[in-house]
Amino acid sequence: MKGFRTAWSRAVQTARLCCGVPDYDTYVRHLREHHPERAVPSYAEFFRERQAARYKGTGGRCC
Amino acid sequence: MRPNATVPAVPASPAGKLLWAAIAIVGAWCLGVVALRRGEPINAIWLVAASIAVFVIGYRFYGRFIEHAVLKLDPSRATPAMRHPDGLDYVPTDKWVVFGHHFAAIAGAGPLVGPVLAAQMGYLPGTLWILVGVVFAGAVQDFMILGLSLRRDGRSLGHMLREELGPAPGVVAMFGVLVLMMIVLAVLALVVVKALTHSPWGTFTVAATIPIAFLMGIYLRWWRPGRILEVSIIGLLLLLGSIWLGRYVAGSATLAPVFDMDAKALAWWLIGYGFVASVLPVWLLLAPRDYLSTFLKIGTIGLLALAIFLAAPMLQMDAVTRFVDGTGPVFQGNLFPFLFITIACGAVSGWHSIIASGTTPKLLANEGQARMVGYGGMLMEAFVAIMALVAAASLHPGVYFAMNSPAALIGTTAEHAAQTISQWGFVVTPDQLTQTARDIGEGSVLSRAGGAPTLAVGMARLLHEIVPGGGMMAFWYHYAILFEALFILTTVDAGTRVGRFMIQEIAGLIHKPLQNTESWTGNLLATAICVGLWGYFLYQGAVDPLGGINTLWPLFGIANQMLAAIALMLATVVVVKLKRERYVWVPGVPAIWLIICTLTAGYEKLVGPISFTAAAQKYAAALAEGKLLAPAKAPAEMQQIVTNNYVDMALTGLFMLLVVAMAAFTLRTMLRAWRINHPTAHEEPYVSIDAVAANAP
Repeated sequence: MKGFRTAWSRAVQTARLCCGVPDYDTYVRHLREHHPERAVPSYAEFFRERQAARYKGTGGRCC
Repeated sequence: MRPNATVPAVPASPAGKLLWAAIAIVGAWCLGVVALRRGEPINAIWLVAASIAVFVIGYRFYGRFIEHAVLKLDPSRATPAMRHPDGLDYVPTDKWVVFGHHFAAIAGAGPLVGPVLAAQMGYLPGTLWILVGVVFAGAVQDFMILGLSLRRDGRSLGHMLREELGPAPGVVAMFGVLVLMMIVLAVLALVVVKALTHSPWGTFTVAATIPIAFLMGIYLRWWRPGRILEVSIIGLLLLLGSIWLGRYVAGSATLAPVFDMDAKALAWWLIGYGFVASVLPVWLLLAPRDYLSTFLKIGTIGLLALAIFLAAPMLQMDAVTRFVDGTGPVFQGNLFPFLFITIACGAVSGWHSIIASGTTPKLLANEGQARMVGYGGMLMEAFVAIMALVAAASLHPGVYFAMNSPAALIGTTAEHAAQTISQWGFVVTPDQLTQTARDIGEGSVLSRAGGAPTLAVGMARLLHEIVPGGGMMAFWYHYAILFEALFILTTVDAGTRVGRFMIQEIAGLIHKPLQNTESWTGNLLATAICVGLWGYFLYQGAVDPLGGINTLWPLFGIANQMLAAIALMLATVVVVKLKRERYVWVPGVPAIWLIICTLTAGYEKLVGPISFTAAAQKYAAALAEGKLLAPAKAPAEMQQIVTNNYVDMALTGLFMLLVVAMAAFTLRTMLRAWRINHPTAHEEPYVSIDAVAANAP
């Protein structure tokens, strides 16, 4: 059961990453550890920020 | 350098040796069957099995050799993600997650289209080029650029070129990328135009994706923020619904004419759409479309693999057709060099070097995982190309040529087409052509070049064999068309946006306020220029005498292989700068091969019978005599064709100049580095992975 749950969470993580949304929990953990003075964004805020950021760069996409 | 920086090869156990010997024998046997059996059709499974054996052996031996000898990757060395994770871009990530992300980013329409076009020479030349090309060029490029970027803080290709070769080569290469992008967008949009011409069913379903994306965008923004999976399932169901509804639209006397358009009208619609889509906020149209297309792409590639394994089709196309002599109707030119630029993505694709130096190097948690992601990811893409080739080669050859030859050669009626193609030696009856059209719910299958419709018919046949259901073939055909159109349009949206930012940056050098991406003047102006650039080539393709793909695909191939040559030249320079000259052939030989291919193809497109110059002169001469050549209906259209060919000619010349200039820069830097007796590459200093172990995923 645990194996299945890990596999599922990896699949979700991959799917989100393909859409340019990195792992939210990792980001929150990073903020808490390294930048405790900054406010932690909600998932919705985090998602919107990443969505806008994805289409600004050099467009990682193939022919 | 640490003493144990080079990992000693793991001694193979006797069982391991036996296993690899067995894989080699099975692979050689399958390849033998593919290459040597003549006169009777062979099963696609032979080809698939041979490919898998080649990939596995290439990955285990050549990939490993590059990892340890050429790149000297070191699992004890901290990657950029480990050194300074920021939770957003630099995140140490599980290797399977990185692999999935990387593959989803490199896989696109390219590996599906090229092999289908190349099938006109038979399945054997294309297969061999894909297999040899990916092992010795494509995967080498992806892997080495990834390795270089890993050692340089995840820097981009342009940045690395500036650093290792100097500022001027960096600017030259980036200019090449911008031009390449415009050609890519135009050619891909043309594939959609060719697929939807006079197809109300297809046009309706593709148009329906716009309101579906709006709905998904609003759902994600306001109702359930960030629930990508949920909204993608809803979107998928709506898409399937629109395919089902499309049948009734195509059958309706009032609605069908609304969605029944010729190539010119479709080109204008796409140009307008590209403009609007890149100006609208991303969350409304672009992002939700992107999610749908990403998931649909992965799902459909999986479905295609399943269908090929279960249906195990016979290859009906000849192994080698008479069109290796350069007289083929799908694209002009001899096997050398045109096969090698027609199949770009799938064998070697320059575009990948941008991704391998983009997000991926910022995600890897360990250098030891780079081979799986870089080399392995490209092998997966080559497998997609092999599947596309199988889907095309398992079609009736007569149907294949009817779908891919321009109307100028086979006419516009089933009778005339069947007669012409039968004379070429691929016997087909008019009934077979009309029956195929009826099966897929379309009016005609003639001259639908561009790869997408051929692949869709091939896929529909395979899926129809494994999933029973009367009349389902038309559904599968339109599903396949929709899936390709969806991710091509996503590329067009995103590419237009990126192009717009690039143009705004350049415009900012002239007039500062134009650089502001929030400014509506700058935004609209740059978008209009960007859309105008690719739109010009798209429209040119739509009115082209040979149907567009025939003319523009070589241009795209030359540009894409040019970028691959540039990436491999960078890798060659770095190998020399690291003082590992004995391995200079690893990136050097494929780089030289690609330079030879692009320059030869470019030359043949400049002078000689199949050149843009010859086409321009033919139309100009006819115009001077007051004659009209098909498809032009007025002198102005004749003049347009002449101008278009001169533009293509100039562009080909420009690409050749770029390649020669980059080769000269490379040679100069290499010679300098050769003389210096210590490494001069710009690698970041060594940091032990143990020192940053707290950042591990």
